[in-house]
Amino acid sequence: MTTRIVILGGGTGGTLTANRLRRRYRPDEVEITVVDQDDQHVYQPGLLFVPFGMSDPEDIVRPRRRQLHGGITFVEAAVDHVDVGANEVHLQGAAPTLGYDVLVVASGARLVPEETEGLTGPGWMEKVFTFYSPEGAAALATALDDFDGGRLVVNVVDMPIKCPVAPLEFCFLADWYFTERGIRDRVQITYATPLESAFTKPIAAETLGSMLEAKGIELVPEFNTGEVDGAGGRLIGYDEREVPFDLAVVIPLHGGAEYVGRSPGLGDELDFVPADEHTLQSKVAPNIFVIGDAANVPASKAGSVTHFEGETLVDNIAHFLAGEPLEPTFDGHANCFIETGFHKALLIDFDYDTEPLPGRFPGPVGLPLLKDSRLNHLGKLLFQPVYWHSLLPGRDLPGLSSTMPTAGKRYAAATKED
Amino acid sequence: MTTTTTVAGTTVDLDDEGFFTDPTQWNEDMAREMAAEEGIELTDRHWTVVRFTRNEYLQKGTGATVRMLGKASGVPVKELYQLFPKAPAKTAARIAGIPKPRGCI
Ligand SMILES: Cc1cc2nc3c(=O)[nH]c(=O)nc-3n(C[C@H](O)[C@H](O)[C@H](O)COP(=O)(O)OP(=O)(O)OC[C@H]3O[C@@H](n4cnc5c(N)ncnc54)[C@H](O)[C@@H]3O)c2cc1C
Repeated sequence: MTTRIVILGGGTGGTLTANRLRRRYRPDEVEITVVDQDDQHVYQPGLLFVPFGMSDPEDIVRPRRRQLHGGITFVEAAVDHVDVGANEVHLQGAAPTLGYDVLVVASGARLVPEETEGLTGPGWMEKVFTFYSPEGAAALATALDDFDGGRLVVNVVDMPIKCPVAPLEFCFLADWYFTERGIRDRVQITYATPLESAFTKPIAAETLGSMLEAKGIELVPEFNTGEVDGAGGRLIGYDEREVPFDLAVVIPLHGGAEYVGRSPGLGDELDFVPADEHTLQSKVAPNIFVIGDAANVPASKAGSVTHFEGETLVDNIAHFLAGEPLEPTFDGHANCFIETGFHKALLIDFDYDTEPLPGRFPGPVGLPLLKDSRLNHLGKLLFQPVYWHSLLPGRDLPGLSSTMPTAGKRYAAATKED
Repeated sequence: MTTTTTVAGTTVDLDDEGFFTDPTQWNEDMAREMAAEEGIELTDRHWTVVRFTRNEYLQKGTGATVRMLGKASGVPVKELYQLFPKAPAKTAARIAGIPKPRGCI
């Protein structure tokens, strides 16, 4: 009998998993079905550049189907719920129910702006924006264009969010953008974050914090947004502190896909699916695996993490199907280029146990780590073609192993967390 | 870094941010004393939160974040900030005798 693998979500994780599995199994061995609610695959890292006119919204979208190799079935339908006990996926509309032997949850994270009081009220998409959605990023481009001075506030409501460095990158790019326009002295840029400092990891936080300072960007740490008053132009913290703005760029709360909440036993309180952080098998059922932003694991929600997870995930699906023990090979590896403006970027590389360190990547003669350079900016730009042509097809990237490299890192600087 | 201190007359191990490193050393008297040090007198509402996050830790290996508390503890986020000003999840975890909640990365 043919084994049926159903993959929920045809974004970064779903696509690369399907393509990797297709290469591993013949179509008569394993039938692979990918379900997504639409056919528009967005290169999400490109959203950062849209507000500054550095990227066109249309240039970062491609059809999902076309990213899937031959012999993979694509079903365009929204998942209604998963019946974990019956091994069935129920779809919305007329689409027939899908039975599975192995289920891969790859449905990412969802923005839930409506969970923050006032955020989607008066002023939303007029002076309160987000660049985390294609519509938001495009609307923000127009608003920035019209902005001639005043207070620009960038605010993360709460963690977890996709690509936790993106809001900082937005601040750096805004600094550059207004400098180029010759009005930087008329714009006050503020970064309000619930974190204690600029970033989650101490050494990187220090570097990023001093970069904010050097660029004249005000940091408001430990700010927990309770309410957004769009009409009055202020963020109101739960502790009653206020941050006034003329233009606010808010990264809304994130949750898992809605259907997870409608599937008894599948997700946690935020609709993410708990999984073993090293094998990526869900804690829900042995035949359910999780990849990417949908997973409740202590790794960053990033495309690079999703990519590194791919190898472990597909190996473990194979072990599961062969009745073998799973391998705990995923180490939480993340690798992020951080745009700092003026054609420069900084690179950080870390895993569950090692925080981002200075040095070079992946070895002693590689890219500079935790230091801004032009080379890293080129790396960031290169990520887009690499995404479409190597990452989604499920190829291993040259020179980039899925486990974190240690060769070029300066461990002396490390003060391990905990 | 762990330091040994005396809380409510008993020796316990705390990390450098004041969180218990060994939750089995904790008892309710210690909770009251640690809360008092933060200027908090524990009411039933406080205890709801403290017990909830301790239970989360015992079941899942990490205490609850503010959002999780707001969704599942029965105490809304606004009230959490009234009960435990500034950092509800961390303060509640400290009082509950569990390690610092593993925030999100
Ligand atoms: C602004 C921004 C900048 C970023 N920058 C970077 C970066 O520089 N580097 C980096 O590594 N990462 C970056 N990321 C993060 C990266 O894009 C994500 O981590 C990655 O795409 C996660 O892949 P995924 O497969 O988990 O989710 P996604 O790619 O989001 O895919 C999830 C899919 O599930 C589908 N889905 C959801 N619910 C349903 C349903 N009910 N029925 C059917 N289908 C459903 C969705 O339509 C979607 O296609 C950035 C993200 C953003 C928003």
